[in-house]
Amino acid sequence: MSASLDKRREETAEKTGPVLDITGLSIAVRGEDGEREVVSNLSLTLGRGETLCIAGESGSGKSMTALAIMQLLPKPAARIAAGTIRLRDAERNDVDLTTLDERRMRRIRGDRIAMIFQEPMTSLNPVLSIGRQLTESIEVHTGASRAEARRRAIEALKSVRISEAESRLKQFPHELSGGMRQRVMIAMALALEPAVLIADEPTTALDVTVQGEVLELLRDLQRVHGTSIILITHDMGVVAEMADRVIVMRNGRMVEEGATGDIFAKPQATYTQELLSAVPRIGEGPGRRPSRRDDGTANDHVAEINDLSVRFDLRGGLLGRVNRRVHAVEGVSFSIAPHETLALVGESGCGKSTTAKALAGLVPYEGAIRIGGRNLSGLGGDERKAVRRDIQMVFQDPFASLDPRMRVGELVAEPLLIHGIGSKQERRDRVAALFERVGLSADQMELYPHEFSGGQRQRICIARALALRPKLIIADESVSALDVSVQARVLDLLKELQSEFGVAYLFISHDMAVVENISDRVAVMYLGQIVEMGTRDQVFSNPRHPYTKRLIEAVPVPDPTRRRSRFARLDKEIASATRKVGDDPQRLTLRDVGDGHLVAG
Amino acid sequence: MTTPIAPDLSTGARVVAKPRPGVWKRLLKRPLAVAGLVIIAIVVIGAILAPWLTGYDPNEQMFDGLTIEGSPLPPNAKFWLGTDLLGRDLLTRILYGARTSLIIGIVANGVALLIGTLVGVTAGHFRGWVGSVLMRFTDLMMAFPALLLAICLAAVFQPSLWIVAMVIALVNWVQTARVIFTETSSLSEREFIAAERTIGAGAPRILFRHILPHLVPTIIVWGTLGISTTVLLEATLSYLGIGVQPPTASWGNIIFENQTYFQAAPWLVFFPGAAILALALAFNLIGDALRDILDPTQRGRE
Repeated sequence: MSASLDKRREETAEKTGPVLDITGLSIAVRGEDGEREVVSNLSLTLGRGETLCIAGESGSGKSMTALAIMQLLPKPAARIAAGTIRLRDAERNDVDLTTLDERRMRRIRGDRIAMIFQEPMTSLNPVLSIGRQLTESIEVHTGASRAEARRRAIEALKSVRISEAESRLKQFPHELSGGMRQRVMIAMALALEPAVLIADEPTTALDVTVQGEVLELLRDLQRVHGTSIILITHDMGVVAEMADRVIVMRNGRMVEEGATGDIFAKPQATYTQELLSAVPRIGEGPGRRPSRRDDGTANDHVAEINDLSVRFDLRGGLLGRVNRRVHAVEGVSFSIAPHETLALVGESGCGKSTTAKALAGLVPYEGAIRIGGRNLSGLGGDERKAVRRDIQMVFQDPFASLDPRMRVGELVAEPLLIHGIGSKQERRDRVAALFERVGLSADQMELYPHEFSGGQRQRICIARALALRPKLIIADESVSALDVSVQARVLDLLKELQSEFGVAYLFISHDMAVVENISDRVAVMYLGQIVEMGTRDQVFSNPRHPYTKRLIEAVPVPDPTRRRSRFARLDKEIASATRKVGDDPQRLTLRDVGDGHLVAG
Repeated sequence: MTTPIAPDLSTGARVVAKPRPGVWKRLLKRPLAVAGLVIIAIVVIGAILAPWLTGYDPNEQMFDGLTIEGSPLPPNAKFWLGTDLLGRDLLTRILYGARTSLIIGIVANGVALLIGTLVGVTAGHFRGWVGSVLMRFTDLMMAFPALLLAICLAAVFQPSLWIVAMVIALVNWVQTARVIFTETSSLSEREFIAAERTIGAGAPRILFRHILPHLVPTIIVWGTLGISTTVLLEATLSYLGIGVQPPTASWGNIIFENQTYFQAAPWLVFFPGAAILALALAFNLIGDALRDILDPTQRGRE
């Protein structure tokens, strides 16, 4: 009796019930001090054709949950300690994925549940053409003939709006741009029409204009195929843009669950409220006074960059002669006043980081860089070293930019040591004071970088940059790798330090919302040149250059009521800064449209 | 933006450094490392005290060391490890041979490591024409058969233990240089090296304080692997008559002198072979432990 009842229940579930049902999931990871739960007692359901966003900061267990569904947890360190993951789809009714062996799971992976990862370059095999990778997965899962698989692969590429799909099959991953690669990944994931698509930070590694397009693509494909999507992201803008329902996770536990509108309009849990308030929003920055002081010293620039160009030669051909040139930075000029924050924004490859490297002395350049009125290129080694003291840099990834084999106290003292400042005891005292100033404690000086969290590490990097009391700090994507709540606090720290020490920032970022919150002036770069420059209000309230407009429009707004129906579509691949020798790019001339607001063209 | 967030994650987790015992103490905590130390101590003591540990002369061809037919004796009560083809006591020869082999294994290998590391680090960090010249030279050395080179070098100099050690060092540094070069060039691209340059660090500081410490694991692994290679290379040279001159014993030449009789008298190859293996293993165990201890990122995993 119960069997027939169960069967009937299943049949109804097939049409209406959730396609994925997780109950009481706990994941344990074996670490240095025994097992630790990284996900505790998580229960969730995913409806048919629904987009469920799992939002949370790093360490919240969101990626572990995704890997657990795929049965791809890193073995043997991580295991499912408790709970069931039931997949109910039209073909295989009701299986608990946690009980399947590897062979049966392999058939479900890709076929019934597909996954796309953050970094498309590392998830594609670099030595196989994308055609080969696509057709292979189709052949393996469906048993289709080679010709049939090829036909379906082309179809899949067309469905993700890749032009000239047939010739693309022969290309290798490195020949495609980041956005293209992610589209190939989506094509691969959707070629087998899975019931569930898990997207783990699918657009985090992409530029904001490309991000919009990939998100729109996911939405369109979902509409056509009725796929259920689990979207894992830390970006509340993406959540607002995409989700039907949101789960907020923290430290392995679900903090809150609800419809997207409710979560954003009236978050219940304190953590959700904090998370949402920490998200930087364009146009909602506090009415802060400009940090720049007009006390008559405005002409006294900290740094003046005049006609800066950085070009890299590429060799090719039979004789290995220079035949192409990357025009990474092409005639860039700007200046920074004391107490000022100049933001340099643009998408990857626009030359903003190269500009920073030229200033920091990491790449050879042409043009003039004046620090405190002295041109760097005219100076000898020792003098240049002395002048360079005034520019310090904070990198994107604090872990990569600190020598993992040195104690953090030594690392912060190192700039003082190199420039021969103070005795050993004085240096120690100064480092201790710096530690306190950036919100760490002096007794942490004896630790190594890996013993800190990401935010703490970035504070160490800031302390290190401050050690020499520089006039200018270059912050190259310095807060991009941090969680929003940590990001907000690091940004606050940067502002405090600015008012305290009068240091100027060259703030490099791709994140328009962060830039809008911290900068006094903004310069927008595209293909190695500045296309627009002005005060924050000029650029954000009255963007004049089409590229600036597109950049601002593409930022997902963390507000579901302002969800856009269509994103700005990229009609063509982004032009390349690599050109043949002799074919120099056309220099843009900046025109003043009023009050120092400069626009190209 | 300025809304305070209640639990300050970035400063909340206060980790405080615990004082750590010295390298030596931590080494002694590892049973495997202690085993390695014991083996090396035995070999060193055996080499130094050889004249007092055995009643035989290493080069004396004893009449009762051979059977009536003239074949060597297997291990017995009088000759603990048996005798060799000429009726010499094998244990005595192994003890005295330890002197030669330790010098070769440590000095020759050490010099090879030093040259290899210097060349590799310089080429890997500076690149450009300096790097090209150094690495092409390394490739040239690599392409040249090591044995032939050693024979040429040994023929130029008068064979003696120290010359043999130098010859071996001059042949053996190439692999180390190659490996160190690759590691250094990838390290030099790491962001923390760029960060060092932005604070004004010069080349010596970057090389010695920031690149070399990261190469320690590789150097240790190559160092311990090199010990058995160099000991055997010395044996090969001895066999060809350009190494340590007979009748001076070394572990390598004991094996080479006797290898043709391996089936009739297996102990003659087995015991010196086991000695080489034990020495290499001992260095390997210590090297492994040192690598973990010297790596601060491994802290807490001991």
